[in-house]
Amino acid sequence: MRTLFACLGVLLAVLLSGCGGNASGGLPNSPYPSHDARANIYYSSFSERPKHLDPAVAYSSNEMTLIAQIYAPPLQYHFLKRPYELIPLSAAAVPQARYFDQSGKPLPDTAAADDIAYSVYDVAIRPGQYYAPHPALAHDGEGRLRYMHLTQHELAGIHSLYDFPQTGTREVVAADYVYGIKRLASPRNTSPVLGILGDYIVGMKAFAAQLRAHPGGGLPDELERTDLAGVKLLDRYHYQIRVKGKYPQLLYWLAMPFFAPVPPEADRFYAQPGMAERNITLDWQPLGSGPYYLSENNPNLRMVLTRNPYYKGETYPTEGEPGDRAKGLLADAGKPLPFIDKIVFSLEKENIPYWNKFLEGYYDGSGISSDSFDQAVRVGNQGDVQVSDEMRKQDIHLLTSVGAATYYMGFNMRDPVVGGLGERARKLRQAISIAVDYEEYVSIFANGRGIPAQGPLPPGIFGYRDGQAGMNPVVYDWVSGAAKRKPISEARRLLAEAGYPDGRDAKSGKPLLLNLDTTARGPDDKARLDWLRKQFAKLNLQLQIRNTDYNRFQDKIRNGTQQLFYWGWNADYPDPENFLFLLYGPNARGGTEGGVNSSNYDNPEYNRLFKQMENMVNGSQRQALIDKLVSIARQDAPWLWGMHPKDYALFHGWVHNVKPSQMANNTIKYLRIDTALRAKERQHWNQPIYWPLILLGALGLLVLWPAWSQWRKHEQAVALQDDAS
Amino acid sequence: MMAYLLRRLFYAVPILLGVNLLTFALFFMVNTPDDMARAHLGAKHVTADAIRQWKVERGYDKPLFFNNSEQGLGKLTDTVFYDKSVRMLVLDFGVSDDGRSIGAEIRQRAGPSLMIALPTFVVGLLVNITCALLLVFFRATWLDFWGAVACVALMSISSLFYIIAGQFFMSKLWHWFPISGFAFGVDGLRFLFLPVLIGVLYGIGSGVRWYRTLFLEEIAREYVRTARAKGLSERLVLFRHVLRNGLIPILTGVVVVIPTLFMGSLIMESFFGIPGLGSYTIDAINSQDFAVVRAMVFIGSVLYIVGLVLTDLSYVWADPRVRLQA
Repeated sequence: MRTLFACLGVLLAVLLSGCGGNASGGLPNSPYPSHDARANIYYSSFSERPKHLDPAVAYSSNEMTLIAQIYAPPLQYHFLKRPYELIPLSAAAVPQARYFDQSGKPLPDTAAADDIAYSVYDVAIRPGQYYAPHPALAHDGEGRLRYMHLTQHELAGIHSLYDFPQTGTREVVAADYVYGIKRLASPRNTSPVLGILGDYIVGMKAFAAQLRAHPGGGLPDELERTDLAGVKLLDRYHYQIRVKGKYPQLLYWLAMPFFAPVPPEADRFYAQPGMAERNITLDWQPLGSGPYYLSENNPNLRMVLTRNPYYKGETYPTEGEPGDRAKGLLADAGKPLPFIDKIVFSLEKENIPYWNKFLEGYYDGSGISSDSFDQAVRVGNQGDVQVSDEMRKQDIHLLTSVGAATYYMGFNMRDPVVGGLGERARKLRQAISIAVDYEEYVSIFANGRGIPAQGPLPPGIFGYRDGQAGMNPVVYDWVSGAAKRKPISEARRLLAEAGYPDGRDAKSGKPLLLNLDTTARGPDDKARLDWLRKQFAKLNLQLQIRNTDYNRFQDKIRNGTQQLFYWGWNADYPDPENFLFLLYGPNARGGTEGGVNSSNYDNPEYNRLFKQMENMVNGSQRQALIDKLVSIARQDAPWLWGMHPKDYALFHGWVHNVKPSQMANNTIKYLRIDTALRAKERQHWNQPIYWPLILLGALGLLVLWPAWSQWRKHEQAVALQDDAS
Repeated sequence: MMAYLLRRLFYAVPILLGVNLLTFALFFMVNTPDDMARAHLGAKHVTADAIRQWKVERGYDKPLFFNNSEQGLGKLTDTVFYDKSVRMLVLDFGVSDDGRSIGAEIRQRAGPSLMIALPTFVVGLLVNITCALLLVFFRATWLDFWGAVACVALMSISSLFYIIAGQFFMSKLWHWFPISGFAFGVDGLRFLFLPVLIGVLYGIGSGVRWYRTLFLEEIAREYVRTARAKGLSERLVLFRHVLRNGLIPILTGVVVVIPTLFMGSLIMESFFGIPGLGSYTIDAINSQDFAVVRAMVFIGSVLYIVGLVLTDLSYVWADPRVRLQA
């Protein structure tokens, strides 16, 4: 037994030795090594491990956050200017489209979209850009690639990419961009954008089919050997993309990592036998020419990005929006980027430790969960939002922005009751649109973090109108300079005109029962759904909630068998086409794979105007068409327009050059950290308090002392009893 | 004993096949290969062609159990079930549906899981047994009464409460430990203390009550009276005789758990940011990654069977009267 206690004691002693801080005597609650206390590191987190880091495959926001810092596509969004403006990143300039007709004859820029058979974009890239250090680019003394044709023996001691002792680099050339685009069609990658880009880039679909037909299709040699008709290498620093018709949105795609350069050496390196078994793949170990490279890849713990030593030539913007200078956002104008040496993303699955680490100064920025909303934010009488006094004391700043997204409730326009373009169903939808009070919804369920939508377009997207001009006249009246939801009596009138006076079918007398298909099942969802039932009950309509799992829900949407449903859309790029196509008839989802029009709305006039507007350059003509499109959609009311979410973000005072962007993901390179201030504040906020240890010890003694007395009494009592007997 | 072990191993094969079959059937009852493809390809711009290609690349384009288009044995072997299950019997787990090696992932995650689970288990066991023996020593006194009350109170509280309270007081308020995180090596000890302490505290209530009941039953036996009659001190009676004779029920509950310590704890690892195996299965279910789900269920079954065999072996060690026979 003594041995057991001794073991226990040793174990506790070892553990307690760790409690006194890390090896160099730093703060005991610091999750980071103490030698990093003053390092130029940006600390952030991720809650879900990324699935893909391959630029041909990665698409979700958590993946983009990482690879947007690693890869350098031709274009990017201006960090400060709004509305969003595309500027060159690895390209020398934003490419201009040249138009051609079916016979290959050049057309003027003013040519009608219908006359344009092809658009050609010549992309010039900046010379002198280099890839981040990587073993795939390492060379031996004779100029051959060092780690090509590796044997199993040579791979014996290799467990991760970081076990290769030698790294190398080379200049980025136009051929790498061409190769990167070809990879989108590779059957080995299953790129999520092959479908949409295949519709536009000339020969992309045929190229993909050709690769699929070959057993080695998709391997680097095959990709290089096979020509893709729509993408041509012109010279070392120039390449050309040819798209069908007029498609100005291609420029937005050029700002995404899908179009970043990929060196074929990377694919050859990773394709060697034995690499995939060790999880050494391009999908896991990116190789880019952006400002950072992935220096630690442990998605179960942390992902670390380190400054690419070969990244040169980009400087902080010298101009921005009015007011940016006053906010200090131009203080670093003209300085070389990036400012930060290292970015540490730690895995945080739970809100509580994440939020507390932010308050302790161990994360530089944070979102606000609903749990911590009241602690973080104070909403004034006028609806103005400020940080709470507690946050202000810690010099924490709040940044808000309206997301380029929309969350709506859709009607299935193929449903016999709520669907169709007939007067009866339209009035029913309009009545429901008035009854469901999204102002209340935003206030109760989103803590005010959203704005009720007036149509499909969110603020910040060309075509969105503010004020009275942007009000949805079907649902709102303009009263005293603000949009006011129409009274419920108006909804009841519309309902009666639709043939459901007081919520009952005028012919049968039966109450109208509507069905909402949803995957929401949690306790928070219950409150939300109860609220929704009450909104429908204002019109005496019965709402039945049909809970289902996500797969079956998707099936219903795909088959067009839903009636009402919740849905949302985050913009791919800041163009009205990317929202208005959600209501374009031929994009209807019901019965097809890949359609984006989940409500199956199909209005011929809307479709006609959309085709006109789709590829126009932003201007008054396009605005007029958008106004018409939005007006038609409002009248038909295929959606309850729902809300556009507002993003709230908190940053400590030591983080500089923060400006919210709904489009750009590569903004960490602009951030600057005052590391001395951060170290000082951390010291100030995290001094250990040891008196509870003494208190706990005293409490322990209080329990142990009577136990010890009892023990002694017990032992002695037995001895005395024996003596007596 | 060897014959007994061989027999148990032989029994394990149909059990593992059955578990595998059941996992397969249940998984594909809820998810179709098309659902899996959509879950992996994301919600945007997914075409029927992309779904088909995804299934072809991962072998989900074949029939699940029976392939009518093949001849002879091919009817059974050219199926998703055969492809995905047979290699697992030789512990080749293949790759997850997002292309990562499952074996490498498990090797990487098992260490951190063990670093939390093992000290929690060992320290917890020692503390529980010691406290239980002390309560038995002080039986029928106020210490025993209030000890039992404290145990009931401790076991009535949710594990989440321990975690949140522990993180609040010891990290946020008193700044003793990092609130979450992990590191390998000596520096990692400071990340382990809080989850281990909370894990031990959480287990005390139920553990002490259980062992106390076992020891109380044991202490009423005649050999204990004999030991006392021989003049042994109460300490020796408890820690040498009662503990030794109470081992069989203790081993029944304890040894079977040892191999499964590798599997980690979902809540603990999630709240403390431990990169272990705890959340691997849950994440795989959420992302509809069948390859990972079947591998983890299979490993869980193997470890459980190993645990049961070890339990049987431990009986022989604890009680010389026990003989294992085929």
